[in-house]
Amino acid sequence: MGSSVRKGRAVLPAEQAARPSREQPHRAAAEDYHHEAQNANNGQAITACCKNKDKDLQFKIQAYIDKNTVMIFSNTACSLSAKVKELFKSMSVPYCSLELDQTEDGQKLQDVLYELTMETSVPIVFVQQKQIGDYDKTLKAHKEGKIQKLLETKGHDHMQDSYDYDLIVIGGGSGGLAASKEAAKYGKKVMVLDYVTPTPQGTRWGLGGTCVNVGCIPKKLMHQAALLGQALQDSRKFGWQFEEKVKHSWETMTEAVQNYIGSLNWGYRVSLREKKVTYENAFGEFVGPHTIKATNNKGKEKFYTAEKFLIATGERPRYLGVPGDKEYCITSDDLFSLPYCPGKTLVVGASYVALECAGFLAGLGLDVTVMVRSILLRGFDQEMANKIGEHMEEHGVKFVKEFVPIKVEQIEEGTPGKLKVIAQSTDGREIIEGEYNTVLVAVGRDACTRTIGLDRVGVKINERSGKIPVSDEEQTNVPYIYAIGDVLEGKLELTPVAIQAGRLLAQRLYAGATLKCDYVNVPTTVFTPLEYGACGFSEETALEKFGEENIEVYHSYFWPLEWTVPSRDNNKCYAKIICNIQDNERVIGFHVLGPNAGEVTQGFSAAIKCGLTKAQLDNTIGIHPVCAEIFTTLSVTKRSGGNILQSGC
Amino acid sequence: MIALLVFCFEAAQFGKKVAVLDYVEPSPKGTKWGLGGTCVNVGCIPKKLMHQASLLGSALKDAQHYGWNISHPVRHDWPVMAEAIQNYVKSLNWGHRVQLQDKKVKYFNLTGSLMDAHTVRGLTNAGKETIITAENIVIATGGRPKYPAHIAGALEYGITSDDIFWLKESPGKTLVVGASYVSLECAGFLTGIGQDTTVMVRSIPLRGFDQQMSFLVTDYMESCGTRFLKKCTPSKVEKLKSGKLQVTWKHADSGKEEMDDFDTVMWAVGRAPDTKTLNLETIGVKISSETGKIIVDASEATSVPHIYAIGDITEGRPELTPTAIAAGKLLAQRLFGQSSELMDYDNVPTTVFTPLEYGCVGLSEEKAVEHYGLDNIEVYHAYYKPLEFTVAERDATQCYIKMVCLRKKEQRILGLHFIGPNAGEVIQGFALGMKCGATYAQMMKTVGIHPTCAEEVTKLRITKRSGLDAKVTGC
Repeated sequence: MGSSVRKGRAVLPAEQAARPSREQPHRAAAEDYHHEAQNANNGQAITACCKNKDKDLQFKIQAYIDKNTVMIFSNTACSLSAKVKELFKSMSVPYCSLELDQTEDGQKLQDVLYELTMETSVPIVFVQQKQIGDYDKTLKAHKEGKIQKLLETKGHDHMQDSYDYDLIVIGGGSGGLAASKEAAKYGKKVMVLDYVTPTPQGTRWGLGGTCVNVGCIPKKLMHQAALLGQALQDSRKFGWQFEEKVKHSWETMTEAVQNYIGSLNWGYRVSLREKKVTYENAFGEFVGPHTIKATNNKGKEKFYTAEKFLIATGERPRYLGVPGDKEYCITSDDLFSLPYCPGKTLVVGASYVALECAGFLAGLGLDVTVMVRSILLRGFDQEMANKIGEHMEEHGVKFVKEFVPIKVEQIEEGTPGKLKVIAQSTDGREIIEGEYNTVLVAVGRDACTRTIGLDRVGVKINERSGKIPVSDEEQTNVPYIYAIGDVLEGKLELTPVAIQAGRLLAQRLYAGATLKCDYVNVPTTVFTPLEYGACGFSEETALEKFGEENIEVYHSYFWPLEWTVPSRDNNKCYAKIICNIQDNERVIGFHVLGPNAGEVTQGFSAAIKCGLTKAQLDNTIGIHPVCAEIFTTLSVTKRSGGNILQSGC
Repeated sequence: MIALLVFCFEAAQFGKKVAVLDYVEPSPKGTKWGLGGTCVNVGCIPKKLMHQASLLGSALKDAQHYGWNISHPVRHDWPVMAEAIQNYVKSLNWGHRVQLQDKKVKYFNLTGSLMDAHTVRGLTNAGKETIITAENIVIATGGRPKYPAHIAGALEYGITSDDIFWLKESPGKTLVVGASYVSLECAGFLTGIGQDTTVMVRSIPLRGFDQQMSFLVTDYMESCGTRFLKKCTPSKVEKLKSGKLQVTWKHADSGKEEMDDFDTVMWAVGRAPDTKTLNLETIGVKISSETGKIIVDASEATSVPHIYAIGDITEGRPELTPTAIAAGKLLAQRLFGQSSELMDYDNVPTTVFTPLEYGCVGLSEEKAVEHYGLDNIEVYHAYYKPLEFTVAERDATQCYIKMVCLRKKEQRILGLHFIGPNAGEVIQGFALGMKCGATYAQMMKTVGIHPTCAEEVTKLRITKRSGLDAKVTGC
């Protein structure tokens, strides 16, 4: 589909009529330089065959803009429209104009146009796909020589219809890579731009995005290192004998983790090459419709055009915005490749990133404090969140609650150095101070959407969060620009979700598929020392949505068999399911705290996808002796207040 | 036994007067244990704990790659492990006793035999007799390991799984005879804690399980140092002056005889139902002439009214603890509650706790092909590498997942097979999915949990039919 459009100009109108392409009308218009493009009939044929009218109008407008060096949306009765045309005639510049008052659907086109351009009156002028604006703005741009410049400088690239690429993906993370490879599979010409802006501490990394470099992968490996520390203690109880003192080497671990990540970075490059996806290690920024500027780390700029774009730039850690934070604090972007052991550490925040990092640092034997403003794991089931916190506290992690840092000072340089943190209680009444070797800030993440030229192409973002709202097909308000992954507004920030969304999007765009990414009942796991797996509603959300009387919560503590012999942590592991009484006790929430929670949760999430009910849970035979079997024998409801403490088997 | 306890607890909850008779006939080696049956005393529980000991052995190796400086030597002390495990098992025995008391179930440490449909005769160790009458009788005597019948020295010098978990001292260099899951699991953990271990297999490993998976399981064990003597049958066991056991065996193909010395010989050649003292024939409870197991209908009723049987003693049922437990519970609910719900023996998941665990639910590939024909089956598969293996530089050649589906339309899942760490934890939820009629399409719509091994199940895209490389690369 895409490639036939690129060669659009060679196609005769007669052939076009036979194709149900959304981009037909502009071709007729494109033939008519210096003529009015009042191709109402064509337009009608198109709108009639498309269901999604609004979107179709967007396509139609975009097509006009895309295919014409100068595009004027005008009105026959409007004097300013006439004047703007005179202006271009006086410059001997060919233009295409669409008379909205003479066009079928003209009023609707005009409404959509106003929405897209934020203009309020015709004429609306585009030069080289760049929005100039109304008559006044056009005149001003002309006087400043901007129109002339636009026509000269990039006229070459844009005069022809063909784009450099079918798809340019901005951001080489999990989602972007998945989408690019999938698109290439269908013979599309695809480019991936990936560029890591170094952290304030100077940390940078390779291709693959957050998950691989500074997220899931190093996080889980370091979590594993901490679990192995626990395994060492357990192993003595299981008969293993070795010398009493076992020390952990941060350097050995980090080097091993980074070596593995390096191999993944390399693997991604190889796989892009194999799939014939062009990769540039350059910062991508929109400079005009269908046009992007790629700046590499030497500052060299290149320009590329594409029929479609995919924004997959993800997020980066947020800083506190207090004195000393960027100078002296690190974030998860720095931690996993820190060349020295962080020592006594203050973790600021209560996000899953904060708790996971605090958890494994403590597990490696470090002195760790977590400073929390309000609640743990906002958005997660709060009962589970609090149990995680309790467990961490019992295992030596200190919590300072309802405090926020207001200043970080350096006392001593070094690897690690020594920092003084001054914090204020959230009620403002108390000031405390503490000394730490390292301060890790994990107070949230911000979408990387404010520096990539989205305003220039009119992609709307949520001004407050910086996130991009998209349709259920991951399309932004600008029809040829899509977005996936962590930059999306109101969606889940998870690698597998981004991958799924990316693959399905490419399949819809290029393989005629219709399957959309399903953001419902997505399972997730928090890799705190006691892992937490969840799928579906939290208890509080379920109660709020369905009402207390319609919700039955079954729960139980359990004691993993492996923990009995070392005799640790009884009545810490916890299983909970939330059922909708009105719907045959369908399971709408699944929560588990315990070892291998991710492995446990995955299969249950598949079952929830298949409409799991409590009765089916009860009818399923457990696997003995594993933790997951607890879910097949849950009998105590919360409502009953029955005892759920475990005594024996 | 555990099934019976559950039955009793459940029955007691309905306000019924319940008594339970339990007596452990010591093994030929003299091993005895307490209340709770095979699973708790000489099965799942100690087995998985010893498996855990062996996993911790590999964790010690892994840990060094993850930065833990453990100076050598590292050695394993059997008595420390055995004592810890035995103490835990004893605490469970005690727990069961307490629970029986709490639920007002009368407990007799007696060997029971049936006198008629409502009368049981109990004998103490010393031969003292107690007669008990009951409206309903449930038999759940389970099975015990078999000894080979015609091998000289087998019974005299060999042990079984009834003994291994209660050994006070390390078994030393061990020969495990048999290729059942019991055999492979025991050989696996013995190797893992550093014992020189050999498995002698007459024909195929893990009969009844998917054979491709079985091969991978044993292949991994071999790579961990377990020695396999394939297509061999033992002919005699002799005790040498040194105290060592000399085993002679024959290769089926060449007929060649070989021998070697071992400290311990363990038979794991199957289990036999424990019915001989029950006096079943006299009162007319039908048993299978082939297996000796009690024949029951879908409601666990035997051929004699008011007599029921559950667990390993019953013909044609999976020999699994949770199955027995569920059957016991449902039986009590049918007998004393309002329920008419029958036990569903389909799609029962299970896990073999070999060094690399193997979890499965549903049909094996062979069974699926046999049932539906090769042309109607689609098999999706993948060789994957657990994230934790990468840094630890562990070989993941045998980490493998296979999903057997119907080929037409929705592609309903018939069987799921998983080899890798925590296979039991992984397979449990999917078993539930299959209970809900999961299809391949639904599985593909399930979003993975990253990074886990289980997520690979939701990413299976390569069919066996395609012949494409099934190795998972990258994220």
